[in-house]
Amino acid sequence: MDKRRIDIQILDTSLSVERCREFITRSDCGAEAIFVGTVRDHTKDRRVTKLEFEAYTTMAILEMEKIALRLLDHHNIHKIAIHHRIGILRISEIPVIIAVSAPHRKAAFAACEEAIDTLKETVPIWKKEFFEDGSTWVAAHP
Amino acid sequence: MTTKLKILAFGIARDIMGGSSVQFNIEMPTTTSKLKKALIDQFPEFIDVRSLAVAVNNEYSSGSDVILDGDEVAIIPPVSGG
Repeated sequence: MDKRRIDIQILDTSLSVERCREFITRSDCGAEAIFVGTVRDHTKDRRVTKLEFEAYTTMAILEMEKIALRLLDHHNIHKIAIHHRIGILRISEIPVIIAVSAPHRKAAFAACEEAIDTLKETVPIWKKEFFEDGSTWVAAHP
Repeated sequence: MTTKLKILAFGIARDIMGGSSVQFNIEMPTTTSKLKKALIDQFPEFIDVRSLAVAVNNEYSSGSDVILDGDEVAIIPPVSGG
């Protein structure tokens, strides 16, 4: 499988949709699907002030590579970029971008959705939510 | 023989174990399921955590997988990236 078709990064600086597009754009593709995750200002009824993301970086990169390579295998797509940010993020900042190029839109949409769904299940990255009166690790407790 | 095994801990596991890299006493070689049981015995707060996975050398490992001296071992509480 061709690793030149995937771009996997964990960064502690701002993510850029344009940088992801530069990687995936190809003249023989008619579709690009880009998912941008953003920091929401509330969880249920509590106001969120900021998020902190932490990664087991070496393993997270490997798990993200597995996702990307599997998608190249299963969908008619050409390139995929997965960028995840770590550290403190403020409201509306971007923790994750997934960008996929494909000849046609259906494969691009499907691969993009599968990528973010799988990332949330398998990639060792953790999110801590900060509220006005405390903080909690997301999903840690039933 | 009981040895000190270095364990990497992330997220809520780091809070429970009191550090991101913890020396843990355990009979070696061990297995993933034995390690999980020993961790819960020593840190009962893990009972309240929704799930607990173990990674050995950057790969998820399961129940009977053997852990040897020198392996990189990490405790993976429920992930929440994205």
